[in-house]
Amino acid sequence: MIWGSLSEFLNMGGYGLYVWGSYGVVLVLMVAEPLLARHRFRKALSQAGQALEQESE
Amino acid sequence: MSRSFRLFMFAAPSRFYALSGFLLPWLWLLAIGFAVAGLYVGFFLAPTDATQGDSYRIIFVHVPAAWMSMILYLAMAGWAVFGWAANARLASMVARALAPTGAMFTFLALWTGALWGKPTWGAWWVWDARLTSELILLFLYLGYMALVESIDDVRRADHAGALLALIGAINVPIIYFSVKWWNTLHQGATISMTAAPKMAATMLQAMLLMTVAFWAYSFAVVFMRTRALILERERQTQWVMDLASRATEEKK
Repeated sequence: MIWGSLSEFLNMGGYGLYVWGSYGVVLVLMVAEPLLARHRFRKALSQAGQALEQESE
Repeated sequence: MSRSFRLFMFAAPSRFYALSGFLLPWLWLLAIGFAVAGLYVGFFLAPTDATQGDSYRIIFVHVPAAWMSMILYLAMAGWAVFGWAANARLASMVARALAPTGAMFTFLALWTGALWGKPTWGAWWVWDARLTSELILLFLYLGYMALVESIDDVRRADHAGALLALIGAINVPIIYFSVKWWNTLHQGATISMTAAPKMAATMLQAMLLMTVAFWAYSFAVVFMRTRALILERERQTQWVMDLASRATEEKK
Protein backbone atom coordinates (compact mmCIF):
# COMPACT_ATOMS: atom_id res chain seq x y z
CA MET A 1 0.00 0.00 0.00
CA ILE A 2 1.35 3.39 -0.98
CA TRP A 3 -0.75 5.45 1.44
CA GLY A 4 -0.40 5.15 5.22
CA SER A 5 -3.61 7.02 6.02
CA LEU A 6 -6.53 8.83 4.45
CA SER A 7 -5.01 12.25 5.08
CA GLU A 8 -1.83 11.11 3.37
CA PHE A 9 -3.92 10.00 0.40
CA LEU A 10 -5.76 13.34 0.25
CA ASN A 11 -2.53 15.26 0.59
CA MET A 12 -1.01 13.54 -2.50
CA GLY A 13 2.53 14.27 -1.38
CA GLY A 14 1.78 17.99 -1.20
CA TYR A 15 0.10 18.08 -4.64
CA GLY A 16 -3.44 17.51 -3.35
CA LEU A 17 -4.79 20.79 -4.69
CA TYR A 18 -3.52 20.08 -8.21
CA VAL A 19 -4.49 16.40 -8.34
CA TRP A 20 -7.96 16.78 -6.81
CA GLY A 21 -8.52 20.03 -8.67
CA SER A 22 -8.01 18.06 -11.88
CA TYR A 23 -10.07 15.01 -10.95
CA GLY A 24 -12.84 17.10 -9.40
CA VAL A 25 -13.51 19.10 -12.56
CA VAL A 26 -13.25 15.94 -14.71
CA LEU A 27 -15.85 14.25 -12.51
CA VAL A 28 -18.24 17.22 -12.47
CA LEU A 29 -18.18 17.68 -16.25
CA MET A 30 -18.37 13.96 -17.06
CA VAL A 31 -21.43 13.61 -14.81
CA ALA A 32 -23.08 16.84 -15.99
CA GLU A 33 -22.74 16.14 -19.71
CA PRO A 34 -24.72 12.86 -19.78
CA LEU A 35 -27.39 14.44 -17.54
CA LEU A 36 -27.75 17.33 -19.99
CA ALA A 37 -27.91 14.88 -22.92
CA ARG A 38 -30.59 12.84 -21.13
CA HIS A 39 -32.57 16.00 -20.40
CA ARG A 40 -32.44 16.95 -24.08
CA PHE A 41 -33.52 13.46 -25.13
CA ARG A 42 -36.51 13.42 -22.78
CA LYS A 43 -37.54 16.90 -23.86
CA ALA A 44 -37.37 15.90 -27.53
CA LEU A 45 -39.48 12.81 -26.87
CA SER A 46 -42.17 14.67 -24.94
CA GLN A 47 -42.26 17.47 -27.53
CA ALA A 48 -42.76 14.94 -30.30
CA GLY A 49 -45.66 13.56 -28.28
CA GLN A 50 -47.14 17.01 -27.73
CA ALA A 51 -46.98 17.82 -31.43
CA LEU A 52 -48.87 14.60 -32.10
CA GLU A 53 -51.62 15.43 -29.59
CA GLN A 54 -52.08 18.91 -31.02
CA GLU A 55 -52.51 17.41 -34.47
CA SER A 56 -55.16 14.95 -33.36
CA GLU A 57 -57.21 17.66 -31.63
CA MET B 1 -31.54 -7.05 -51.27
CA SER B 2 -28.46 -5.43 -52.76
CA ARG B 3 -25.16 -5.07 -50.97
CA SER B 4 -25.23 -1.30 -50.79
CA PHE B 5 -28.63 -1.54 -49.16
CA ARG B 6 -27.19 -3.59 -46.32
CA LEU B 7 -24.17 -1.32 -46.00
CA PHE B 8 -26.39 1.70 -45.45
CA MET B 9 -28.87 -0.12 -43.26
CA PHE B 10 -27.74 1.71 -40.12
CA ALA B 11 -27.69 4.99 -41.99
CA ALA B 12 -31.46 5.03 -41.50
CA PRO B 13 -32.10 7.08 -38.35
CA SER B 14 -34.74 4.58 -37.16
CA ARG B 15 -32.26 1.68 -37.28
CA PHE B 16 -29.56 3.72 -35.58
CA TYR B 17 -32.03 4.76 -32.91
CA ALA B 18 -32.88 1.15 -32.09
CA LEU B 19 -29.30 -0.14 -32.18
CA SER B 20 -27.88 2.70 -30.07
CA GLY B 21 -30.69 2.28 -27.56
CA PHE B 22 -29.70 -1.36 -27.15
CA LEU B 23 -25.99 -0.53 -26.80
CA LEU B 24 -26.30 2.37 -24.33
CA PRO B 25 -26.51 0.47 -21.02
CA TRP B 26 -23.54 -1.71 -22.03
CA LEU B 27 -21.46 1.32 -22.96
CA TRP B 28 -22.16 2.94 -19.59
CA LEU B 29 -21.28 -0.27 -17.81
CA LEU B 30 -18.03 -0.45 -19.77
CA ALA B 31 -17.19 3.21 -19.06
CA ILE B 32 -17.81 2.95 -15.31
CA GLY B 33 -16.10 -0.42 -14.97
CA PHE B 34 -12.93 0.67 -16.76
CA ALA B 35 -12.86 4.01 -14.92
CA VAL B 36 -13.06 2.29 -11.53
CA ALA B 37 -10.29 -0.15 -12.55
CA GLY B 38 -8.15 2.67 -13.97
CA LEU B 39 -8.51 4.82 -10.87
CA TYR B 40 -7.71 1.87 -8.63
CA VAL B 41 -4.52 1.04 -10.54
CA GLY B 42 -3.63 4.73 -10.87
CA PHE B 43 -4.04 5.66 -7.22
CA PHE B 44 -3.29 2.45 -5.34
CA LEU B 45 -0.92 0.37 -7.46
CA ALA B 46 1.09 2.89 -9.46
CA PRO B 47 4.07 4.14 -7.44
CA THR B 48 4.95 7.75 -6.68
CA ASP B 49 7.11 9.21 -9.45
CA ALA B 50 10.75 9.78 -8.55
CA THR B 51 10.98 13.30 -10.01
CA GLN B 52 7.40 14.61 -10.10
CA GLY B 53 6.06 13.10 -6.89
CA ASP B 54 2.32 12.44 -6.91
CA SER B 55 1.48 15.37 -9.21
CA TYR B 56 2.09 13.05 -12.18
CA ARG B 57 -1.14 11.18 -11.33
CA ILE B 58 -2.94 13.89 -13.30
CA ILE B 59 -1.68 12.04 -16.39
CA PHE B 60 -4.38 9.37 -15.99
CA VAL B 61 -7.03 11.88 -17.03
CA HIS B 62 -4.89 14.43 -18.88
CA VAL B 63 -3.60 12.19 -21.66
CA PRO B 64 -6.87 10.30 -22.33
CA ALA B 65 -8.76 13.64 -22.45
CA ALA B 66 -6.21 15.09 -24.87
CA TRP B 67 -6.40 11.98 -27.09
CA MET B 68 -10.20 12.10 -27.13
CA SER B 69 -10.15 15.81 -27.98
CA MET B 70 -8.24 15.06 -31.19
CA ILE B 71 -9.98 11.78 -32.11
CA LEU B 72 -13.45 13.27 -31.61
CA TYR B 73 -12.53 16.24 -33.78
CA LEU B 74 -11.45 13.98 -36.63
CA ALA B 75 -14.62 11.90 -36.20
CA MET B 76 -16.72 15.08 -36.21
CA ALA B 77 -15.05 16.44 -39.35
CA GLY B 78 -15.28 13.03 -41.05
CA TRP B 79 -19.00 12.55 -40.39
CA ALA B 80 -19.77 16.19 -41.21
CA VAL B 81 -18.05 15.91 -44.59
CA PHE B 82 -19.62 12.52 -45.29
CA GLY B 83 -23.04 13.92 -44.39
CA TRP B 84 -22.44 16.76 -46.82
CA ALA B 85 -20.94 14.76 -49.70
CA ALA B 86 -23.30 11.75 -49.50
CA ASN B 87 -26.28 13.81 -48.34
CA ALA B 88 -26.61 11.53 -45.34
CA ARG B 89 -28.75 13.10 -42.63
CA LEU B 90 -27.67 10.79 -39.85
CA ALA B 91 -23.95 11.46 -40.46
CA SER B 92 -24.56 15.20 -40.06
CA MET B 93 -26.46 14.59 -36.85
CA VAL B 94 -23.61 12.46 -35.46
CA ALA B 95 -21.17 15.26 -36.33
CA ARG B 96 -23.24 17.75 -34.37
CA ALA B 97 -23.59 15.34 -31.46
CA LEU B 98 -19.81 14.88 -31.28
CA ALA B 99 -18.96 18.59 -30.94
CA PRO B 100 -19.94 19.27 -27.30
CA THR B 101 -18.18 16.12 -26.07
CA GLY B 102 -15.04 17.01 -28.03
CA ALA B 103 -15.13 20.56 -26.67
CA MET B 104 -15.49 19.22 -23.13
CA PHE B 105 -12.48 16.91 -23.48
CA THR B 106 -10.44 19.74 -25.00
CA PHE B 107 -11.30 21.94 -22.03
CA LEU B 108 -10.40 19.11 -19.64
CA ALA B 109 -7.05 18.55 -21.37
CA LEU B 110 -6.27 22.26 -20.97
CA TRP B 111 -7.58 22.44 -17.39
CA THR B 112 -5.73 19.36 -16.13
CA GLY B 113 -2.67 20.51 -18.08
CA ALA B 114 -2.71 23.87 -16.28
CA LEU B 115 -2.99 22.14 -12.91
CA TRP B 116 -0.10 19.88 -13.85
CA GLY B 117 1.98 22.67 -15.37
CA LYS B 118 1.92 24.84 -12.26
CA PRO B 119 3.78 22.41 -9.97
CA THR B 120 6.08 20.99 -12.70
CA TRP B 121 6.89 24.02 -14.90
CA GLY B 122 6.01 26.76 -12.43
CA ALA B 123 3.36 28.22 -14.77
CA TRP B 124 -0.35 27.58 -15.33
CA TRP B 125 -0.03 28.52 -18.96
CA VAL B 126 2.72 29.13 -21.52
CA TRP B 127 2.31 30.04 -25.20
CA ASP B 128 3.97 26.83 -26.27
CA ALA B 129 3.07 25.15 -29.59
CA ARG B 130 1.26 22.20 -28.02
CA LEU B 131 -0.80 24.31 -25.63
CA THR B 132 -1.61 26.99 -28.19
CA SER B 133 -2.73 24.51 -30.87
CA GLU B 134 -4.90 22.70 -28.30
CA LEU B 135 -6.49 26.05 -27.38
CA ILE B 136 -7.19 26.63 -31.09
CA LEU B 137 -8.91 23.22 -31.12
CA LEU B 138 -11.25 24.42 -28.38
CA PHE B 139 -12.09 27.52 -30.44
CA LEU B 140 -12.71 25.34 -33.51
CA TYR B 141 -15.22 23.22 -31.58
CA LEU B 142 -16.94 26.32 -30.18
CA GLY B 143 -16.92 27.99 -33.61
CA TYR B 144 -18.45 24.90 -35.23
CA MET B 145 -21.19 24.74 -32.58
CA ALA B 146 -21.96 28.45 -32.87
CA LEU B 147 -22.03 28.28 -36.67
CA VAL B 148 -24.43 25.34 -36.98
CA GLU B 149 -26.72 26.84 -34.34
CA SER B 150 -26.81 30.23 -36.02
CA ILE B 151 -28.18 29.04 -39.39
CA ASP B 152 -31.90 28.25 -39.35
CA ASP B 153 -31.98 25.98 -42.41
CA VAL B 154 -30.82 22.70 -40.85
CA ARG B 155 -29.16 21.17 -43.91
CA ARG B 156 -27.45 24.44 -44.88
CA ALA B 157 -26.15 24.68 -41.32
CA ASP B 158 -24.83 21.11 -41.62
CA HIS B 159 -23.00 21.98 -44.85
CA ALA B 160 -21.48 25.18 -43.47
CA GLY B 161 -20.37 23.28 -40.38
CA ALA B 162 -18.78 20.57 -42.52
CA LEU B 163 -16.68 23.15 -44.36
CA LEU B 164 -15.48 24.71 -41.10
CA ALA B 165 -14.75 21.30 -39.55
CA LEU B 166 -12.82 20.20 -42.65
CA ILE B 167 -10.61 23.31 -42.74
CA GLY B 168 -10.03 23.07 -39.00
CA ALA B 169 -8.91 19.43 -39.29
CA ILE B 170 -5.45 20.66 -40.36
CA ASN B 171 -4.97 21.68 -36.74
CA VAL B 172 -5.08 18.08 -35.46
CA PRO B 173 -1.77 16.90 -36.97
CA ILE B 174 -0.28 20.21 -35.86
CA ILE B 175 -1.25 19.42 -32.25
CA TYR B 176 -0.01 15.88 -32.53
CA PHE B 177 3.38 16.68 -34.05
CA SER B 178 3.88 20.05 -32.31
CA VAL B 179 6.19 18.53 -29.72
CA LYS B 180 8.41 17.19 -32.53
CA TRP B 181 8.29 20.13 -34.93
CA TRP B 182 8.97 22.80 -32.36
CA ASN B 183 11.26 22.80 -29.39
CA THR B 184 8.60 23.26 -26.76
CA LEU B 185 8.18 23.09 -23.03
CA HIS B 186 5.57 20.36 -23.34
CA GLN B 187 7.18 16.94 -23.22
CA GLY B 188 7.22 14.57 -26.18
CA ALA B 189 5.02 11.52 -26.59
CA THR B 190 5.24 9.03 -23.73
CA ILE B 191 3.70 6.31 -25.84
CA SER B 192 4.68 5.67 -29.41
CA MET B 193 4.01 2.89 -31.87
CA THR B 194 7.69 2.37 -32.55
CA ALA B 195 9.36 2.43 -29.14
CA ALA B 196 8.79 0.93 -25.73
CA PRO B 197 6.77 3.19 -23.43
CA LYS B 198 8.88 5.40 -21.18
CA MET B 199 6.91 4.74 -18.04
CA ALA B 200 6.31 2.09 -15.35
CA ALA B 201 3.94 -0.75 -16.30
CA THR B 202 1.29 0.13 -13.70
CA MET B 203 1.31 3.78 -14.77
CA LEU B 204 0.79 2.75 -18.37
CA GLN B 205 -1.97 0.30 -17.43
CA ALA B 206 -3.87 2.97 -15.50
CA MET B 207 -3.64 5.37 -18.42
CA LEU B 208 -4.86 2.79 -20.92
CA LEU B 209 -7.74 1.68 -18.67
CA MET B 210 -8.85 5.31 -18.38
CA THR B 211 -8.55 5.69 -22.14
CA VAL B 212 -10.94 2.76 -22.72
CA ALA B 213 -13.32 4.32 -20.17
CA PHE B 214 -13.21 7.67 -21.99
CA TRP B 215 -13.86 5.96 -25.34
CA ALA B 216 -16.91 4.13 -23.96
CA TYR B 217 -18.11 7.34 -22.31
CA SER B 218 -17.77 9.22 -25.61
CA PHE B 219 -19.74 6.62 -27.56
CA ALA B 220 -22.47 6.59 -24.90
CA VAL B 221 -22.94 10.33 -24.56
CA VAL B 222 -22.70 10.95 -28.32
CA PHE B 223 -25.30 8.22 -28.92
CA MET B 224 -27.59 9.87 -26.37
CA ARG B 225 -27.26 13.24 -28.05
CA THR B 226 -27.71 11.77 -31.54
CA ARG B 227 -30.93 10.08 -30.40
CA ALA B 228 -32.23 13.43 -29.12
CA LEU B 229 -31.27 15.08 -32.43
CA ILE B 230 -33.09 12.35 -34.37
CA LEU B 231 -36.27 12.93 -32.37
CA GLU B 232 -35.98 16.69 -32.85
CA ARG B 233 -35.42 16.51 -36.59
CA GLU B 234 -37.50 13.51 -37.65
CA ARG B 235 -40.64 14.48 -35.77
CA GLN B 236 -42.71 14.31 -38.96
CA THR B 237 -41.84 10.71 -39.76
CA GLN B 238 -44.22 7.88 -38.99
CA TRP B 239 -41.82 5.91 -36.80
CA VAL B 240 -41.09 8.89 -34.50
CA MET B 241 -44.84 9.58 -34.26
CA ASP B 242 -45.44 5.96 -33.26
CA LEU B 243 -42.61 6.13 -30.75
CA ALA B 244 -43.88 9.39 -29.24
CA SER B 245 -47.45 8.16 -28.96
CA ARG B 246 -46.24 4.99 -27.22
CA ALA B 247 -44.16 7.12 -24.82
CA THR B 248 -47.13 9.35 -23.95
CA GLU B 249 -49.33 6.26 -23.49
CA GLU B 250 -46.83 4.88 -20.98
CA LYS B 251 -46.85 8.14 -19.04
CA LYS B 252 -50.64 8.08 -18.61
